[in-house]
Amino acid sequence: MQEIDNIVNGQKLFQRPEYKQVLENKKQFEGGMGAINPAKTAEIAEWTRSWDYREKNLAREAITVNPAKACQPLGAVMVALGFENTMPYVHGSHGCVAYFRSYFTRHFKEPTPCVSDSMTEDAAVFGGLTNMKDGLKNCAALYKPEMIAVSTTCMAEVIGDDLYAFAIAAKEEDGGEFLAEDFPITYAHTPSFTGSHITGYDNMMHGIMSQLTEGNKKEKKNGKINIIPGFETYIGSIRSVKAIVESFGAEYTMLGDHSDQWDMPAGDYSMFAGGTPIAEAKDCINAKATISLQKYATVKTMKMVKKWKHEGGLSNPIGLKGTDEFVMKLAEITGKEVPKKLKTERGRLVDAMQDSYPYMHGKKFAIWGDPDFLVGMVSFLLEMGAEPTHVLCNNPARGWEEEIRAMLDTSPACSDCHVWAGKDLWHMRSLLFTQPVDFMIGNSYGKELMRDTNIPLIYIGFPIFDRHHLHRYSISGYDGALNLLTWITNKVLDQLDEETKGIASTDYFFDLVR
Amino acid sequence: MGPESLEAKQKAAIEEVLKAYPEKAAKNRAKHLGVGSPDDESQKTCGNVRSNKKTVAGVMSQRGCAYAGSKGVVWGPVKDMVHISHGPIGCGQYSRAGRRNYYIGTTGVDTFVTMNFSSDFQEKDIVFGGDKKLEKCLNEIDELFPLNNGITVQSECPIGLIGDDINAVAKMYTKKTGQTIVPVNCEGFRGVSQSLGHHIANDTVRDYIFDASPNTLGEPIEVTDYDVAIIGDYNIGGDAWSSRILLEEMGLRVVAQWSGDATIKEMVQTTKVKLNLLHCYRSMNYISRHMEKEYGIPWIEYNFFGPSQTIKSLRKIAAFFDESIQAKCEEVIAKYQPMVDAVTNKFRPRLEGKTVMLFVGGLRPRHVIGAYEDLGMEVIGTGYEFAHDDDYKRTKDEIFRSTVIYDDVNEYELEAFVKALQPDLVASGIKEKYVFQKMGLPYRQMHSWDYSGPYHGYDGFAIFAADMDLAINSPVWGHSKAPWDKEGEA
Repeated sequence: MQEIDNIVNGQKLFQRPEYKQVLENKKQFEGGMGAINPAKTAEIAEWTRSWDYREKNLAREAITVNPAKACQPLGAVMVALGFENTMPYVHGSHGCVAYFRSYFTRHFKEPTPCVSDSMTEDAAVFGGLTNMKDGLKNCAALYKPEMIAVSTTCMAEVIGDDLYAFAIAAKEEDGGEFLAEDFPITYAHTPSFTGSHITGYDNMMHGIMSQLTEGNKKEKKNGKINIIPGFETYIGSIRSVKAIVESFGAEYTMLGDHSDQWDMPAGDYSMFAGGTPIAEAKDCINAKATISLQKYATVKTMKMVKKWKHEGGLSNPIGLKGTDEFVMKLAEITGKEVPKKLKTERGRLVDAMQDSYPYMHGKKFAIWGDPDFLVGMVSFLLEMGAEPTHVLCNNPARGWEEEIRAMLDTSPACSDCHVWAGKDLWHMRSLLFTQPVDFMIGNSYGKELMRDTNIPLIYIGFPIFDRHHLHRYSISGYDGALNLLTWITNKVLDQLDEETKGIASTDYFFDLVR
Repeated sequence: MGPESLEAKQKAAIEEVLKAYPEKAAKNRAKHLGVGSPDDESQKTCGNVRSNKKTVAGVMSQRGCAYAGSKGVVWGPVKDMVHISHGPIGCGQYSRAGRRNYYIGTTGVDTFVTMNFSSDFQEKDIVFGGDKKLEKCLNEIDELFPLNNGITVQSECPIGLIGDDINAVAKMYTKKTGQTIVPVNCEGFRGVSQSLGHHIANDTVRDYIFDASPNTLGEPIEVTDYDVAIIGDYNIGGDAWSSRILLEEMGLRVVAQWSGDATIKEMVQTTKVKLNLLHCYRSMNYISRHMEKEYGIPWIEYNFFGPSQTIKSLRKIAAFFDESIQAKCEEVIAKYQPMVDAVTNKFRPRLEGKTVMLFVGGLRPRHVIGAYEDLGMEVIGTGYEFAHDDDYKRTKDEIFRSTVIYDDVNEYELEAFVKALQPDLVASGIKEKYVFQKMGLPYRQMHSWDYSGPYHGYDGFAIFAADMDLAINSPVWGHSKAPWDKEGEA
């Protein structure tokens, strides 16, 4: 029973004898192997750690277990929220939208506005035109957005709804009451059964950029630089990138800037905050250059930009080398010297790397996440002399595996470094048991791996549901690399303390100074 | 706040909110909003609201889908089975391990609740059909997870649209292997909310657990006169455990939990119990009615939130049994009363008169009202994501005062109601949490217990009280206003 001066929640409550008794007693009715024959459970648990299990596991062709990827519309919703006063609108049934909103909200601890047009059985039979007509009108009337960005769920894709035609029909029927003729309704088809959330990002970004710029191409370029952040879940990274561009004094447009939307100050609530102004987005075709910070999340978008004949291209500013390349690219585009401020920042980062290197050097890491994230992170690990033993991507794009392999081949430990394209986190579990590492770097889904294998998890990635505020920091630019260095080094030191804290047994190495 | 002025404010708030809609939508939404009165016998449902209808398109509804109702709610917590999210990758990923259905077991070996099994449909599966892939999935699961006691196939939207026949695949596989395979046609577009998913899932329990009599491990369980099952408790934060202890203390034998921390064997055993105890009526009344009809097992609804309702429910349950149980029931009530008094004495002065607005799912919009009132808090607004008429009828008996009732409330409306009625606490889900916290309002998630709980039973009430105190009386809400802000500014 609870004690009034020490009310405890389930964590400790169920450790009390009366509850241990309840749980023990329950087992007589249970049919799970753990209740019937615990030795058998232990035997199978042991088998799941073996090479034999690993081989069977890696041979899986059909079932995905504990994936590290999500579906297209999630990425489309992120793009929409990066434009000023823009409502993400998902054409399909509303369950999907409930999921997207929960998913982002659990990560960012921020509201995530998004509507759907609640398609149900009748729409599955007759198509979703009525839903779209009503939905766009209601959305515009209630939330008064400046733009609505429509993506699709797999239901709408399977029945083959035509977004372009539907948007026109909705405006016609509305007759300008809520949806003015020039009201921007941008759209992208985002089938969940193709690619992943980064494909959806690409499709929506392509949709918005191509549709908003239609007919806006001018003879003369406006001298600006477009920056496309990609599926960026670190708010601080967007700010770091902006600071770098601004230090060159360059005029730029961050296309899809959700850094204020998912980082609203307390005090009052407004549905939308920040974002790329629509007018600026309409003019992005006339920029001098476009730089995408995530190659694999902007394949289609950058193909279009190539036709626009912009300078720039791709740059991944995670880690020292990646940031150097980004900075040099800006220097080239702007024709300016690298600013002193950046030189100092770089110097400080390198100084910090040289201070901490003994703790990362030679340490083995397992890491998973989106393809561009991994390119940046692997580069940083190699810059520190660490060994990326397992690099796993559940949603690789063409060329990714080769790119990572080439990077790993520069490491002296290259023969022990493995790339796992298209594999999931249950595969990772086998890899960790059979070829263990010192640390894992990944998202919250690594938690069960940490429990099962006892390998410490360093929380870097998306989604992170069970650690707070990490997304507010940067992992890009020199300051972002310093954050990475700090998080990783200190986790190594925490682990060192953990392993050496045994009183009168190991604590001779429990050093005060490290 | 006087009763008249509260009711007037509530009515005005509804009128105001409807003005924002285009005509057709306003007409629709008007039917889902009302003011419930505990004394107004003329109201057919609480506030006379309509429910279980299609959501208005283009609004930010909080509703989920049939897949969420089946995989997320009913089937997902059954711990010794593997639940495949059948279709594209997203659904299983977004619904993974977010509901806090606690269980004891070795995850990945003999227990699988927090894992995500997905058939990860690709374009070719849509074009050529996914039945072959499903069969392969079943094979691979049985090879790599040999201690699973069955597999459910939770259909995502495309399955029903592309003409796959998961029922045939399941039947064939069961015939070949003897393994329990439960195909569930819970495509997200079916119905208007999670609710149809609950119903579909209940029906598959009937067809594939009761009627198919699957083999279960271990010795058969002998029947006693005191066997009961807890139905519609998903063991969120351990709720079913803090309920179970009370039933056992009063001499009953809880042979099954549905479906938090459940095993398939417990479900099979349920057809032999003396009484089914139904907590979440909405999601599991179907199977309770079926067991009544088919096996002659009576069922009663109970409410273990807050001492007033808990005591009432314990007595109601005991009344079904003999005097020995009834006597023990009184002993249990007497045993916990000092603790309840201590909790109330400690927290009531800190919470007295604070107003609350709720918006939750199956049973909580009415069931938790009593717990708040036990602490002296006043619920002035409530509503359900996916309720039916029978839920709103039951709500009439639970409200204490004029209460604004909002069915399938969307974010625009909830925000407007909160601004108009200015409650001291909003209690709803994750999607709305930060909207209200930004406004400086204390907030508790009432789906996940905000990562705390359990809230059921006596021990749960103490946690509930402490959590509400934590939320309402935290110093953090006082920091929103900067010292340099002028009066009236945020």
